[in-house]
Amino acid sequence: MSHARGRFQYRLCFINFLYLLSSAGGSAQSQPASSYAIMHAKIFTLSGSTIDDGTLVIRDGKIAGVGVGLDIPAGAHMIDAKGLQVYPGLFDAVTQMGLREVGAVSATVDSTETGNFNPDVVAATAVFPSSEHIPVTRAAGITEVLAVPGSGGFDSGGGGSIIGGQASAIHMGGWEIDEMLIKKSAAMVLNWPQVETQTFDFTTFSRKEKPYSEAKQEYDKQVNEITDWLERARHYAQAMEKGSAAGYDRDVKLEALVPVVRGELPVLVFADRAREIRNAVEFCDKQKLRMVLAGGKEAYKVKDLLRSKDIPVILRPMLTLPPDEDDPYDRLLSQPAELAAAGVKFAFASFDNSFARRLGQNAANAVAYGLPYDEALKAVTLYPAQILGIADQIGTLEQGKLANVIVTDGDPLELTTDVKYLFIRGQLTSLDNRHLRLYEKYSKRPKPQ
Amino acid sequence: MSSKTFRILNLLYVFCFLYGPLARPATPPDAPAVIVIQNATILTVSHGTIEHGSILIKDGKIAAVGQTVKAPKDAQVMDAAGQFVIPGIIDCHSHIALEAINEGSVSVSSMVDMEQVLNPEDIDIYRDLAGGVTAANILHGSANAIGGQTLVIKLRWGQPAAKLPFEGAMPGIKFALGENPKRSNFSVPGQPRRYPATRMGVEETIRAAFAEAGDYKKAWEEYNKRAAAGEKNLIPPRRDLRLEPLVEVLEGKRYVHSHCYREDEILMLLRVAKEFGFKVRTFQHVLEGYKVADELAAAGVGASTFSDWWAYKVEAYDAIPYNAALMTRRGVVVSVNSDDAEEATHLNQEAAKSIKFGGLSHEEALKMVTINPAMQLGIDKWVGTIDVGKDADLAIYNRDPLSAYAVVQKTLIDGRVYFDRQRDIAERPEREKEKKVLIEKLKKSEKKPEEKKPDATVPSGQKKPEMKKTEEKKPEEQPKPPQNGASDSAAVLSGGAL
Repeated sequence: MSHARGRFQYRLCFINFLYLLSSAGGSAQSQPASSYAIMHAKIFTLSGSTIDDGTLVIRDGKIAGVGVGLDIPAGAHMIDAKGLQVYPGLFDAVTQMGLREVGAVSATVDSTETGNFNPDVVAATAVFPSSEHIPVTRAAGITEVLAVPGSGGFDSGGGGSIIGGQASAIHMGGWEIDEMLIKKSAAMVLNWPQVETQTFDFTTFSRKEKPYSEAKQEYDKQVNEITDWLERARHYAQAMEKGSAAGYDRDVKLEALVPVVRGELPVLVFADRAREIRNAVEFCDKQKLRMVLAGGKEAYKVKDLLRSKDIPVILRPMLTLPPDEDDPYDRLLSQPAELAAAGVKFAFASFDNSFARRLGQNAANAVAYGLPYDEALKAVTLYPAQILGIADQIGTLEQGKLANVIVTDGDPLELTTDVKYLFIRGQLTSLDNRHLRLYEKYSKRPKPQ
Repeated sequence: MSSKTFRILNLLYVFCFLYGPLARPATPPDAPAVIVIQNATILTVSHGTIEHGSILIKDGKIAAVGQTVKAPKDAQVMDAAGQFVIPGIIDCHSHIALEAINEGSVSVSSMVDMEQVLNPEDIDIYRDLAGGVTAANILHGSANAIGGQTLVIKLRWGQPAAKLPFEGAMPGIKFALGENPKRSNFSVPGQPRRYPATRMGVEETIRAAFAEAGDYKKAWEEYNKRAAAGEKNLIPPRRDLRLEPLVEVLEGKRYVHSHCYREDEILMLLRVAKEFGFKVRTFQHVLEGYKVADELAAAGVGASTFSDWWAYKVEAYDAIPYNAALMTRRGVVVSVNSDDAEEATHLNQEAAKSIKFGGLSHEEALKMVTINPAMQLGIDKWVGTIDVGKDADLAIYNRDPLSAYAVVQKTLIDGRVYFDRQRDIAERPEREKEKKVLIEKLKKSEKKPEEKKPDATVPSGQKKPEMKKTEEKKPEEQPKPPQNGASDSAAVLSGGAL
């Protein structure tokens, strides 16, 4: 007990310390420090070898240096990190961060638009910078996420669009969305249609079954619709290239699809079953789209195809039951090891917001079932950055990259590890959050009379 | 049923309660009578950690524990070098092994009994076994203020339904407070709202039911008294299946497990319980339990909560991962439960989170999935720690179980190995082969032109519509990340609602 109390007090002191330094926790007038030197830390750069007693220098939002015996800039705030470890901040590659506050309250949910084709909606528009989920998730060492619209969800009313909109890569901190943006349009969401023989009818609130032939017909119709949208986007792109001479009417939906058909913007294709994945791969190949697979419960069944087409995967949590009752019980847990051995590139993600803090736990579970540790660590840092085309900015601790950095007292994937310091764009950022505040408040509740 | 039968039934309950241990079955036939687990790190939970220790199991019970254990020559030796043994995990809130979860059409459904809908072939039993779970509290859903009757089972995979119930364990009943029983998040278009629709109505529903149950109890007592006095031509009261379980609650023969979230509704049920003279055994979820921890401790009621679920509905917006630790520190017996077949596969990890969130010790954290839920379910005299005389219900990990890197190697119930990871892996090629043969058989039978089944065209690899999908067996709380596609709607369907 005394040990527990000691820990708690230590934490409080630590938080107070952060309040003094933090930009997000302090008043708007105070100018945050612009350079830091994290000293005597074990530094996991993820780009080169691990440094045992190294220094990481942060200046003007970026990593100014990583190594041993570096020059410390004058006026830098020094942090003695003896016994601590430094990593790039974790990256959750599929979330509804800021798009959903309380799942059951539709007024607080902005994750999924109505209608099937919404290529012009952008997640960043609706990400609520004051969402309580952001600091809660940040406390788990997550410094950036992909906010994904239109990707379904148990609170999306059972609907879900086909083209869900544009996903935005954001920092997990900043006063307003402009400060949070890493890449406003990082991927176009495509929920690959399923052949559904079982559906749920909300008007009668009952389950409906339909014959396979009918379900297949509907599936084909939806795929044709996608093809049609892409065709029109291609024509639109041609008209745009010709400029005003083409005399075309502006269409914001088609305009949003232009980077997709040009192969500039990746398509984040949500599919889990092998058949759907195969169909989606074939489709994207034919349409010359840059595909990123999201979900991938049965990616192992098509690993050679994914490898040969160089299609990366953002895997749904390992802590998910297998799709079929005759699957091995650890089917999803052992899949990452199998994909890594086959040379398929993948990242891990929570596919959620309130469960985002389980990102490290999921990665650790993949290690428990055979994935090399380094691969697991990269699957929550470097690989998502590479998959989303922002590895030039984040994902490793290299000079010149944005300083999204965490300092921990241990393995960041382990359940009991604490994040001690967290930097976003070089700013020492508060680890305070709704949960910690409620804990402190009720820890102090006197005995009732 | 005659009053005599009713009295016998009552007596039987008393009998089970008093003599439960004697009525428990011997070792299953295919388990060796004597097993010795050797060279293990044993986390006893009751008396510390034993390095390089041994556990002797005789007839399904723990016969000896220690660094040196004398094993008879005929004992089957299980070498556990480098491995960690803990008491089997007990999940205090589960909905596995069930054909149905909610009888949600009425506000008081105490007449329904989960034991009648046990499904021993539910694959989730095996999946949870593979997560080290040996016993689970099988609950009715939370669609109504007073839900159905509940029971504790052991996860004896492969045994018939009759072999699942935990012998001697007190039966229970599910209550529910807050958003679910008032149907805040569920509505069927075109149907009127069911009473209650407010927390006031939830309280009134419970009070009204217990007022009735009190009268019913009195009527029977009066009848039994007069019958015992030899009075002739008495007409017994009409038997009421809805009130009988509530009478058992009043008589202390049935535990109340109440789903709840908010601080106010927790105190509300404690007041109602006091008014009618019954005890609440556990508050389930109890995500705001940390706000009223002293009141919970004073009432001697257990709290069974989630590790870190939050924000899936308004009443879960003040949920904090420090809940378990804060309640523990204020003297409440706390367990961490799953409410979900998947979550149950890593309850060891969920318990470990209280070390980080709130600074509990390793042992305090481990207790929350072993002895604490055992105490809450009144089965601690048989399970929950590694002590001589207790059932040999054990989980064996390849490393410290309070780590995300730990993997269950074996799970034993009554000294019998019900899960063995190495055996599971070794048997996979054989199972694949069997599946292929079955699929071929099915394909052949479908080629006959006269049999025009609607799903005959379903390609292999896709499940037939009537087979249950994993996604359909969602927990009643539904906070888990979404599954893609149609299952979302299925989730809404089963989401504590129907």
